[in-house]
Amino acid sequence: MEETKKMTREEKKALKERLKHLQSGKLEKRDAHKGYFFMIPWFIGAAVFLAYPLINSFWYALNQIKITPMGRDFTYYGFKNFTDILLQDPDFIVQLVDYLTSTLLSVPIIVVFALIIALMLNMKIKGKGFFRVIFFLPVIIVSGPILGQLNAEGAGSISAIDMTALTNNISSVLPKMLAEPISDLFNNMIMTLWYSGVQILIFLSGLQKIDKSMYEAAKIDGGSGWECFWKITLPNLKPMILLNVVYTVVFTSNNDQNPIIGLIEDSMFSGAPGRGYGYAAAMAWMYSIVVLLMVGLFALLLMTRKDAYEKQVKRAKKAAKREARNRKKIERRNVRNAKRIDRQRKQGKITSRTTSREDY
Amino acid sequence: MGTKDKEGFLKQFLVYALLICIGFIYIYPILHMVSASFMSLDDLLDSSIKWIPSSMNFANYKQAAASMNFWMSLLQSIIIAGVPTLCNLVSCSIVGYGLARFNFKGKGICMGIIILTFVLPSQITMIPTYVLYSNLKILNTLWAFILPAILAQGINAPIFILIFWQFFRQIPKVLIEASKIDGAGYFESFYKVALPSAKPAFITVGLFSFVWYWNEAYLTNLYVHGVYGDSKWTTLVIQLQNFADNFSSYQQTSGAAAGVPTLNESISMAGTMLSILPLLLLYFVLQKQFVESIDRTGITGE
Repeated sequence: MEETKKMTREEKKALKERLKHLQSGKLEKRDAHKGYFFMIPWFIGAAVFLAYPLINSFWYALNQIKITPMGRDFTYYGFKNFTDILLQDPDFIVQLVDYLTSTLLSVPIIVVFALIIALMLNMKIKGKGFFRVIFFLPVIIVSGPILGQLNAEGAGSISAIDMTALTNNISSVLPKMLAEPISDLFNNMIMTLWYSGVQILIFLSGLQKIDKSMYEAAKIDGGSGWECFWKITLPNLKPMILLNVVYTVVFTSNNDQNPIIGLIEDSMFSGAPGRGYGYAAAMAWMYSIVVLLMVGLFALLLMTRKDAYEKQVKRAKKAAKREARNRKKIERRNVRNAKRIDRQRKQGKITSRTTSREDY
Repeated sequence: MGTKDKEGFLKQFLVYALLICIGFIYIYPILHMVSASFMSLDDLLDSSIKWIPSSMNFANYKQAAASMNFWMSLLQSIIIAGVPTLCNLVSCSIVGYGLARFNFKGKGICMGIIILTFVLPSQITMIPTYVLYSNLKILNTLWAFILPAILAQGINAPIFILIFWQFFRQIPKVLIEASKIDGAGYFESFYKVALPSAKPAFITVGLFSFVWYWNEAYLTNLYVHGVYGDSKWTTLVIQLQNFADNFSSYQQTSGAAAGVPTLNESISMAGTMLSILPLLLLYFVLQKQFVESIDRTGITGE
């Protein structure tokens, strides 16, 4: 059994190798070359609107820039802009910490909420299309000024549900650092939920791609709906979860409602001493690094975590490998021993066959 | 969950109840906005009136529309959202096809950079880009949006490139090879074979690009509208952002004699309603395309 399997695998490998050889023929290579023609707009765009501004922005961040009638006046500053922002700016650090805590809190809420809604919409219910239209509606109209207007008029929270009791309780139990963002979150619950339109659809399409027969097999083995969710649905949705988390972080950090973005623009056009383009560029760099770090953190958290099944499979594979190695070791030793005994017999040291058998 | 057998009655009931409740919470702000926008000042002050105004009061809409310069702003919004969208469609489809069809050297790096640009906040490149535009003398003109869009660097362009890439990958290679045997060149096989089969991707990208450009206030304000409001371009969303100022200047010019009240909640809600109304109409006409687009194009990334 083992032998035949190995053979086929090797054959497959050989076949793949041969196919690879076939594919990378002259025609394909000439084809590949033509890909650059299609990429030309992007190459130019990336150079002009990505690489050039990135390098420039870093250069700006190291300078103080004054705008004079003659043009822009650069004075090399080193890292003074950065240290100024960190040590002297009254707003930036406060806003950044606010942004970090609120994002770290709201991202899991948005993703879990989207997952729950998607699970419900994936059931056999009537009016599925209608509900999808409703849950997707905010994606169309969500924009900074509109959210600002709605929040200003108090439409962001439901007046029928009194949140004060809840927020009071929260602030009495938790330290102030945590209590404030959490009660903010409850006060702006609708706005938080409004951010989950695209995520719901992404989860839905992920759910529809899961093989139905898996659920049937689990049912036959006596798995309950609860177990099915944890052992089939969730592991299958893992890539979607990562995608949604990244999407949510990017969306909330590029949103007009985010105060840091406003801060950057304000200091860009501010005439105050020490402010200006250079200061704003340094701010933008720090902000971007924080956003990238956060995306990286979430990606790391979600990518390394393996579910129980995968762990078991890995352990079993490892054990099998170890066993195979041991078996090979014993075999090799046997061969060696046999050779030695043969040699000794030839030299006439051992005469009877029975003693050699005992040696094994 | 996902199984074919029937769920219990209680469970069904629970699911419906939850969906309806959450659905209501979802559209609550919009309902609030609609109801408030029709209220007269008396209705606003009357605490017994909460949801249904005593009479349909269209004066709010008239005043809000006049102060926002509605028709002109609407036209400009459509141009500002529409033209870059067309550029996006052209450039992103070409780049997406290039990535999907050819295995050139450095393709992996290109994909990596595209994903990185999606994650990177636009603020980091904003200031030098602003300077660049002002050097090129295209600041406060529509070119500030067209130029990046035509070079596949517009707003959210990485997502659109990935959508097209995903879609063109699904087209069987045999089709394109067959066209080549029939004597089509590379570009011919692109626009005669690949493009017609990518209609759903075009609809998705077109809709989303339009909506995102329409709703973008920050970059539009910076590049096209002008921070000091010194260009002739404006959009509904930006008019809404400066609604209070616009309204007070409108009130002063038309004079209190014409019966224009000071800004109140109803008028600002009417203004908000006016600025999302075009998109709402678009959504209800094309809702099927919107909602199914994500399924079909699979942004979900395998």
